[in-house]
Amino acid sequence: MAKLTFSGGIHPYDGKDISKDKPMKKILPKGDLVYPLSQHIGAPAKAIVEKGDHVLTGQKIAEAGAFVSAPIYATVSGTVKAIEPRRVVTGDNVMSIVIENDGLYEEVEYPPVKPLEEMSREEIIERIKEAGIVGMGGAGFPTFIKLSPKEPEKIEYVIANCAECEPYLTSDYRRMIEEPEKLVEGLKISLRLFDNARGILAVEDNKPDCIELLKNLTKDEARISVKALKTKYPQGAERQLIYAATGRKINSSMLPADAGCIVNNVDTVVAIYHAVIEGKPLMNRIVTVTGDAVNDPRNFIVRIGTNYHELIEEAGGFKTEPAKIVSGGPMMGFAIFNLDVPTTKTASALLCMTEDAVSEMEPSACINCGRCVEACPSRIVPRLLADYAEHYDEEAFLSHDGMECCECGCCSYVCPAKRQLTQAIKSMRKMQLAKKNAKKSAK
Amino acid sequence: MSDLMKVSSNPHIRAKSSTSSIMAAVVIALLPAAGFGIYNFGLDALILILVTVLSTVLTEYIFEKILGKKVTIGDYSAVVTGLLLALNLPVSAPWWIGVIGGVFAILVVKLLFGGLGQNFMNPALGARCFLLISFTSIMTNFDCDAYTGATPLAALKSGEAVNIFNMVIGKTSGTIGETSMIAIVIGACFLIMTGIIDLRIPGSYIVSFVIFISLFGGRGFDYAYISAHLAGGGLMLGAFFMATDYVTRPITVKGQYVYGILLGILTGIFRVFGPSSEGVSYAIILGNLLVPLIEKATLPTAFGKGGARA
Repeated sequence: MAKLTFSGGIHPYDGKDISKDKPMKKILPKGDLVYPLSQHIGAPAKAIVEKGDHVLTGQKIAEAGAFVSAPIYATVSGTVKAIEPRRVVTGDNVMSIVIENDGLYEEVEYPPVKPLEEMSREEIIERIKEAGIVGMGGAGFPTFIKLSPKEPEKIEYVIANCAECEPYLTSDYRRMIEEPEKLVEGLKISLRLFDNARGILAVEDNKPDCIELLKNLTKDEARISVKALKTKYPQGAERQLIYAATGRKINSSMLPADAGCIVNNVDTVVAIYHAVIEGKPLMNRIVTVTGDAVNDPRNFIVRIGTNYHELIEEAGGFKTEPAKIVSGGPMMGFAIFNLDVPTTKTASALLCMTEDAVSEMEPSACINCGRCVEACPSRIVPRLLADYAEHYDEEAFLSHDGMECCECGCCSYVCPAKRQLTQAIKSMRKMQLAKKNAKKSAK
Repeated sequence: MSDLMKVSSNPHIRAKSSTSSIMAAVVIALLPAAGFGIYNFGLDALILILVTVLSTVLTEYIFEKILGKKVTIGDYSAVVTGLLLALNLPVSAPWWIGVIGGVFAILVVKLLFGGLGQNFMNPALGARCFLLISFTSIMTNFDCDAYTGATPLAALKSGEAVNIFNMVIGKTSGTIGETSMIAIVIGACFLIMTGIIDLRIPGSYIVSFVIFISLFGGRGFDYAYISAHLAGGGLMLGAFFMATDYVTRPITVKGQYVYGILLGILTGIFRVFGPSSEGVSYAIILGNLLVPLIEKATLPTAFGKGGARA
């Protein structure tokens, strides 16, 4: 049988070996915790605490600011020190709640949970919404909205995105190895919402141990199957994943639900489990701290709001001065210029590299080699689009499907002339999206 | 810790291959053909190759120095152009043919149009055609110490018998680098294995050419006739090293097949119906000019634009 995959894509050095074999380690924050009010797609959350308030672990400190938004919970007990703009990984200053950790970790009493069988569809979705769960793979789209499509009976596949195609990242891998039951249970909860759906655990075939484990665990589950996907970046990109797992194609203007699919990342599915079965809001996430600049690269179970400095400390500090630090993976992460930023709901990794060849690379003339065209999973022509973007030729950019770009970075990765293709296309896309939004709100 | 200054947009890792590594690989891939040419035609061939390569590289260097631009000879693309051009010259050509050709290729065909990546025509082929038109008798004089008389393709055209074994090995007359099918294919295999070229263009070019001459060559599917056409003249060198030139071939996958088929048909027309026995250079140049149109017509459909269940 042909392997399940998509056309295009690349095979970069995956760097997973340096962190994949060490068990996840729970860490407790020491310093202040910072909770940006905007760490999801949609309206910022609204703070419901004030400076000086005492809060407990698991207490809601900000509520959803609109329909598309998500509440935020304190992950330690302590005192609200300030509500002020703080720097986040993208370099922006975002209004944030700052909590001084009292080191006691006093917890609120969580509301009682009903057995899953007794919960209605609405109750389950309400739980997920109240828990503040957003897509933890990086996008940060509120999960309850994803789980409430217009026609739930038309959903045929609920896919757990276990591909983890981004190099260096091993957080999903550790989660699958250490807590596969939670993943399967979380998927079963999502399946309760969609009567006509089958569950798919889509795993890249570079993780045969996970595939084996999940297959054993689900052998009696009639509605769940494990699918091994070809190892290739960006296999875990939503559109490519859906295609590989189901053979269906969606474009940028469609939602997975339009193709009868719901996709959630591993950490998100586990968060659903915690919320529905244990009644706990989203407070932790797994972060891979890795790269050749840290002493002890591994995965940590981190309380959201924890400062990045503490993650580095927990990983044994720097072996050598890092040349570049990336929040996220090397293909799609953000390079950060200051470690004084908090872990957010969407922070998947902290990659510390001793070498940074990229920022000193000098782009040269395009030789039309076509590598970008072959690598592009969106099947567009990055070479042309980057030209249009650089010349700000909106019409040509749009007519050549520039908006279909998923910003995966494959084109820049393969370019022998070292052109900043992704960067050019990405900025143009951002401008076009901003324009579209401005038009919408003007109406 | 101080602020980290190295901040750039994603991705933060890059593949190793670069423009210069690609061009260097092409140079290496051309060495078997060049080496065989020197073996076949003697030291004169080596001198002509060196003069031509030197003139392409120097032209680029001097032009960029005079204009105060960044010197780009380090990307080896001028070496590739010089080498390709030299391999397309007859060994009897005087040294200044190499110089004129080299200057024309780099200055007129490449630099005046904006340098690497901007030329719409393969520089080496552009220069070859320029030389063919301007110095026809020199460029078509294949008499040398080793061989006299017509090239195998010309002999084939006038209905004479040819020794196919010698053509495959390369022990015939012709331009310096085109005679040995084996040497060219060895170089091409290296490029295919290193992923620098693929078989889309050479494959569709050769297959469509074979079909064309089978239909219109007047000999039907005559094995010997077809083999002679494949091994003779510049077809192999053209199909693997010039039709695949990145800058002047379509960037779209579908377009590459269209382009290959077009070249096969054009070469067939020129060889079968044209006055000259050769036609590869003109076919590729003509094909080069049609590339923008081919690209426009063969733009891929973006992922998911063909419908949800395509």
